[in-house]
Amino acid sequence: MSTQTDNTSNTPSNDPSPKKGATGWVILAFFIIGFGFSLLSGWVGFPKLLYKEVPHPIDFNHALHMDLVYDGCDSCHYFRKDGSFSGSPTLDECRDCHGFVMGINENEEKFAEEYVLEDKEVPWNNYAKQPDCVYFSHAPHVKGAEMDCATCHGDIGESESLRPYQENRLTGYSRDIWGWNMSRLGEPEYAPRMKMMDCVNCHVEQTDSKGNCFQCHK
Amino acid sequence: MKIDRRCFLSLAGGLVAGHLLSPVPWKVTDDLSIWTQNWPWTPVPETGPVAWKETVCTMCPGGCGIKVRMIKDRVIKIEGSEDYPINRGSLCPLGYSSIQYLYGPSRVTSPMKRTGERGSGKFEPVSWDEAISEVSGKLDALRKNGQSHTVACISGSDKGTVPLLFKRFLEAYGSPNFIRTPSGQDAHETAAYLAQGHSDKNVGFDLENATFILSFGCGLLDGGGAPGYQFSTYSRFDRRHTLVQVEPRLSNTAAKAKKWLAAKPGTEGALALGLARVIIENGLYNRNFIENHSFGFEDWTDDNGAIHMGFKRMVSEYTPSRVAGITGLEARQIESLARDFARAQKPVAVCGYNECRAVADIDKTLAVHALNALVGNINQSGGMIVFPDPEYTVSPVEKDRIASTGLTKPRADMAGTDKYPQSRYLLNLLPDILMSAKESDLPVQALLVTGANPVYTLEDSTTAQAAFAKIPFIVSFSSFMDETAQYADIILPDHHFLEGYRDVPPPEGVGKPITGLSKPVVSPRYDTRNTGDTIIDIARKMGGSISNSFPWDGYEAFLKEALKDQYRDLSRNGYVENVEKPAALDVAFATDSGKYEFYPTRRHTTGNGDEAKLPGFKETDVPGKETSGGVILIAYKSPRIASGAVANPPFMTKTIDADMLKKEKLFIQINPETAGKLNLKQGDEAVIETSAGKASVKVDLYDGIMPGLAAMPAGLGHTAYSRYIAGKGVNVNALLQPVADPTYGINKAWGIRAQLKKA
Repeated sequence: MSTQTDNTSNTPSNDPSPKKGATGWVILAFFIIGFGFSLLSGWVGFPKLLYKEVPHPIDFNHALHMDLVYDGCDSCHYFRKDGSFSGSPTLDECRDCHGFVMGINENEEKFAEEYVLEDKEVPWNNYAKQPDCVYFSHAPHVKGAEMDCATCHGDIGESESLRPYQENRLTGYSRDIWGWNMSRLGEPEYAPRMKMMDCVNCHVEQTDSKGNCFQCHK
Repeated sequence: MKIDRRCFLSLAGGLVAGHLLSPVPWKVTDDLSIWTQNWPWTPVPETGPVAWKETVCTMCPGGCGIKVRMIKDRVIKIEGSEDYPINRGSLCPLGYSSIQYLYGPSRVTSPMKRTGERGSGKFEPVSWDEAISEVSGKLDALRKNGQSHTVACISGSDKGTVPLLFKRFLEAYGSPNFIRTPSGQDAHETAAYLAQGHSDKNVGFDLENATFILSFGCGLLDGGGAPGYQFSTYSRFDRRHTLVQVEPRLSNTAAKAKKWLAAKPGTEGALALGLARVIIENGLYNRNFIENHSFGFEDWTDDNGAIHMGFKRMVSEYTPSRVAGITGLEARQIESLARDFARAQKPVAVCGYNECRAVADIDKTLAVHALNALVGNINQSGGMIVFPDPEYTVSPVEKDRIASTGLTKPRADMAGTDKYPQSRYLLNLLPDILMSAKESDLPVQALLVTGANPVYTLEDSTTAQAAFAKIPFIVSFSSFMDETAQYADIILPDHHFLEGYRDVPPPEGVGKPITGLSKPVVSPRYDTRNTGDTIIDIARKMGGSISNSFPWDGYEAFLKEALKDQYRDLSRNGYVENVEKPAALDVAFATDSGKYEFYPTRRHTTGNGDEAKLPGFKETDVPGKETSGGVILIAYKSPRIASGAVANPPFMTKTIDADMLKKEKLFIQINPETAGKLNLKQGDEAVIETSAGKASVKVDLYDGIMPGLAAMPAGLGHTAYSRYIAGKGVNVNALLQPVADPTYGINKAWGIRAQLKKA
């Protein structure tokens, strides 16, 4: 052992041994490359992979319609007699006004040609659609707590053009549910996020209780 | 710069660390969990506007008004309609689960042509044009051969507009063979003809207004007859109401009755006569009715001066002690029952309907009608009501020479022939007639089947199957792939009742002349057609006088014309009551005497004596050989098993108790005493064998059944429909055998001798 130690200590320090491995900074560099690659692909590449942009069937102009109807959002997104919420209007409901072409507008033309004449429901993109295991009723929020539509759905009612819609390739739901910012930090981009904890946080804030599981998961 | 293994390890470490600080693992885990909830085969309830639509159920002849809960275009739930006068909110399990037939796999989805053996279920889809051409071609060829009378139609009902179209078709075509499936109506219609002179009127019982219901074996609360009507009637019972059940087995009805009398099976007629004697002897009968509206109560003299025995003298022999000997009841039970019945405010005696078998004992039925006549409840509130069919306003049929000739030929089922001159339909005789006929001389060369499943429901179904297999050409109009449809050469599928229009005639046994209208609540899911439209299409295709007899554009046009003024009310209210009040007694009877005939002078008998005419008690022979250690097999009705033309849907099968059906094995009920004699224990595997067939079953010991009997539920053991319905239990019809009444031909066997042995 001592002989070996002596041999090593006798070796001149400016003569690198052919057996010597990579230096610390090289190893660190590799770590940083791996770390950086993962971070970059995770934060930048992954969202592009996970979400796909889905074009809107019709670029609907909410602002234009709001000027023409009497009852605000309720005119088209109304409560049915039994208290359930109608959601997006059906073709028949659109036809009430669009039985014939009302103006000169390429979107309305497209609507008339592709849907009204073909008697086909418009496959509207739904930014707020929740999984089937989530029971959500509009009535206690809008009628009971007197919340505005915009509180949850943002200012879409005043928009002239529909904001982009991205669909999660795995779940099929809108990117709006998680939020456009993958970190979920800061203010939401378009409308409040709609994951379960978002519901819970608002409920705690407004009612001091997050409620019971079965209120939403029946 | 040197790169070695540690660099790559470091790179991997960096990748992992970076990965953990990126959203990838957390977001993917979350999304995968949501992805698993959205697999394409996971059923997702429809969302959309909710609506309730009213219509009338036709899954059985009970005619219940229903409301259908819809979400968008999807039927979600069916409930009994509170506003409908028949069922007033009640509904049977078959009605509730009829959605399963709308969406389930038993549907015939388009016209079909058979490609495999009869009963194998191998069919190929064909177009409507092709199928109708084939049917009309075959019928046309038979007609041109002078064999128009060899075409028969088996229908589950002879009332309503669709059976009317079939009758009309056969009339224009030239065949007398419209055959209704056996039911409780057979005996009641005959009894109403003999005692009241009506040849084709409905006999019903106003149970909802009666205060004392004496039921001779009717499964009022066992799902037979018009279950919705009976359930709703019972649900409104209070202390003032009494239900007495005479039955050898503790059925649901017996369990819910105020009194259950386990008379020996087949002796109910003797009990009715014994009750009549006590009522007459104590002067408890309705004097006004007997003196002014009845004939043959007392002894009478005919035009030739011969003295005939009256009903009163005949029943005087049925003393309580003698009847007690026949029935196995106690004499004082019979006396007190007779007094309670006759003294009740609105008593009614019922029989024949609602039994799972159409056992038609004319004497028993006449005796029960006589009990109602004695208390004077005929055409009264809470009594026995006789009313005509709804009137249809259609032009007469155009008949050519072939049709006129064909209609004069005797019927294939021998009804109305010299042997059975007063019977209308005798489907129970047809299998034996077909089996004994030569192939070349077969009395049925082509058969149309609508609203019926005779291959399954006919007793001795093995013989029925062999007989039907001999028929060269069978057309089924069934919506579902039932046993008879599997025997058909062509299937022309009807809509499910939620998809089409149909009038619903007054349900059998219900004392209310209510006609309902079944309306479509969803558009047809498959390439099916209303049977009314199909038969009009076939007639049109055949041309000539047949086509001329069907001038309508379709079934709906025909329905509107046939129902005329009623149609508007029907489509607005969903039902219409045909006559406001039952006929008054001085015009109610169409007999020669113009009165209710206790002595049925018109009765066709083999002998001539008064005993043959009067409804005295005659012991019915039970088919099969009497052996030591044998049992008598009876079938029973369960409210959880549909035993008619439509099979039990899976929802109902789920409700069957484990001591009735376990996996695929059916239980046979026997008394522990019988089990002791046969050396059987609860749950034993056993084999039951009769002259008609044998089956392996499990044993269920039941104190509620009379010793010596063995009971099996009717309605299981299907072989067709779908894999969710077929193969559960045993078809009791395959073990039973009909016995023809010597003068009326209808089946009068209430049971069959059987051997029950440990397997």
